[in-house]
Amino acid sequence: MPETVPKVGLFVTCLVDVFRPGVGWAAVKLLRDAGCEVDVPRGQTCCGQPAYNTGDRADTRAIAEKTIKAFEPFDYVVAPSGSCAGMLKKHYPELFEDGSALKASAEALSAKTHELISFLVDIMGVEGVDAAFDGTVTYHDSCSGLRELGIKEQPRKLLATVSGLTLEEMEESEVCCGFGGTFCVKYPDISNTMVSSKVGHAGETSAGLLLAGDLGCLMNMAGKLKREGSPVEVRHVAEVLAGALDDPAIGENG
Amino acid sequence: MDITSPAFKSNVKRAIGDKQLQRAMGNVKVGFVKKRAAARENLPEFDQLRDQARDIKNHTLEHLDLYYEIYEKKVEATGGSVHWAATAKDARDIILEICQAHGARTVTKGKSMIAEEIALNEHLEAAGITPVETDLGEYIIQLRNEPPSHIIGPAIHLNRDQVEASFRAAHTHLPDDRSLEEVSELVDEARQVLRQKYIDADVGITGANYLVAETGTSIIVTNEGNGDLTQSLPKVHIVCTSLEKLVPTLEDVSTILRVLARSATGQEFSTYTTLSTGARRKGDPDGPEEYHVVILDNGRSDMLGTEFQDMLRCIRCGACMNHCPVYHSVGGHAYGWVYPGPMGAVLTPSLIGIDQAGHLPNASTFCGRCEAVCPMRIPLPKMMRHWREREFERHLTPRTVRTSLSLWAFLARRPALYHLAASTFIRALKLLAFGRSRLKSAPFAGGWTKYRDLPMPSGRSFQESWRAGGDE
Repeated sequence: MPETVPKVGLFVTCLVDVFRPGVGWAAVKLLRDAGCEVDVPRGQTCCGQPAYNTGDRADTRAIAEKTIKAFEPFDYVVAPSGSCAGMLKKHYPELFEDGSALKASAEALSAKTHELISFLVDIMGVEGVDAAFDGTVTYHDSCSGLRELGIKEQPRKLLATVSGLTLEEMEESEVCCGFGGTFCVKYPDISNTMVSSKVGHAGETSAGLLLAGDLGCLMNMAGKLKREGSPVEVRHVAEVLAGALDDPAIGENG
Repeated sequence: MDITSPAFKSNVKRAIGDKQLQRAMGNVKVGFVKKRAAARENLPEFDQLRDQARDIKNHTLEHLDLYYEIYEKKVEATGGSVHWAATAKDARDIILEICQAHGARTVTKGKSMIAEEIALNEHLEAAGITPVETDLGEYIIQLRNEPPSHIIGPAIHLNRDQVEASFRAAHTHLPDDRSLEEVSELVDEARQVLRQKYIDADVGITGANYLVAETGTSIIVTNEGNGDLTQSLPKVHIVCTSLEKLVPTLEDVSTILRVLARSATGQEFSTYTTLSTGARRKGDPDGPEEYHVVILDNGRSDMLGTEFQDMLRCIRCGACMNHCPVYHSVGGHAYGWVYPGPMGAVLTPSLIGIDQAGHLPNASTFCGRCEAVCPMRIPLPKMMRHWREREFERHLTPRTVRTSLSLWAFLARRPALYHLAASTFIRALKLLAFGRSRLKSAPFAGGWTKYRDLPMPSGRSFQESWRAGGDE
């Protein structure tokens, strides 16, 4: 655990910024509760994955340079998304030439970037949260968080401290939900097969709430559940951990 | 075989609508995954072995010329011959020439993906030679005139009933009223029918899992023993293989073998691991009189020294497709050529061109499960992305994608403008939503709303509310 008050720059992520700002506020609360000073630099936009995964390295580099600069003043960069944090942490350094100043800056950003929940547990040493939820939830392990950043136990550890909450694991919680960024609109038929299987497994549990740490996956799963008329609700894990349940669940009426 | 990779999207639609295929894929995603996980669990040093296996192949690829010089000399010293085939056509011609020199009328074949890659069966048939597949899965799909749908389970897309129907149609010399209810009865029948074919064959063709430089040996691993009969009963044994199968020593092979079967089927070892070194020697009780190794390049040497070199480490275990949710959704045939799944998404563009195979590296969510299980630690998603980069550089990316991407990137590079655009976008969505919390259809997101509702923004943008200094 850091000895001084860490200055955290929140990387909001483009989806949270537009579709679910409450996740950003939940992240701010969790970070402040953990003893961090939080700011949200205006110089950030998107992590650049849409360009990166379409093979457009020039635009990706340009976006990465902006992000690196925007977060220079901070001790840590924290994102409520394994996918976007993974982009900054694992992929930015690969965008720049070995030995260049930009490479060094990208590596510095990489070293201080974390996904929200793993940051709370692994860096800030958070042991529990002050929140309550009366019911059973299930948890989807989003791919980048799980396989690029090793996020598996951290959200479960904190969820176990939410008063009244029971976690029931679903089958294949580690299998992709079929979102995949632009994949879901480029190959909708395959994406639909994948998300159908995913929400099928969620529905096999007794959970009334499906959680994950990435808004892309959450919107995909919520959109499918609502299309199927399922009563299962969907939220970002940070909302439950922060006790921020005033907003209706994703895609639900207020 | 015909390349249908450019029609990937319509292949996908057909595959998803095929209920029988979907059932078969349901078995793949459970069976293989559990077996590999158990095998890994039972071998504490499994991940260290993966590192060693990767290093062995990397070392070999760095010194391929050196090791091939040694290998070729060893093969010749043991009475065999090495043939170099730059293209698929060269390989077909070399093999046909050897068969014709021996007046071959039938050849038996062990399982070989390289033979699929060079479309060997069609070529032999056109020359009046009958190829007989002896691997059970390959035999079944040969009867059905289908390509393989998986690199180690070629008939994995089929069910028992379909196999029975194919056997009844093909084995007309057997009584109509025989029982083929049990899988074991099907296996017995195939074994009976194939037994005579082994004896009749003039030439036996196998693939190779490995070529060993220090001894000039080729190695196959099988579970049925069909490869042994294929290569030891006929007078001539042809090994049909490719450039990247070489490893320096037998010791190296034993390291790689320890990760191969575990990754593929969850077995500790395949039932048969067969080493072939040269032709029959004086005093040998059996074995072929001639031993030929045909080594195919077909674009592989062009991958050396590029961002795709790591793909040449692949040992064809199939773990990547066994764990791939896209493969599970569509099966192997949808990929439209010989190699399906993640390894196919990287290898196929190298062999037939990105202009033909463009969909393959794009049809991935980059979930990373393939790389996580690859025994050779091949960074498959990264290489799929490299293909997308090649596509983008060559302007093969669809125009609509390029246009919307460049508009978005223009904004993403300009934070002030971007935040303004985000707020405007939210307001526009809210107008469109007319108070609803989600949309059933949206003209700008048809691919999304075809199958799912689109949740609407829950408030103004986070940036906007943060700047305003308060919660929501």
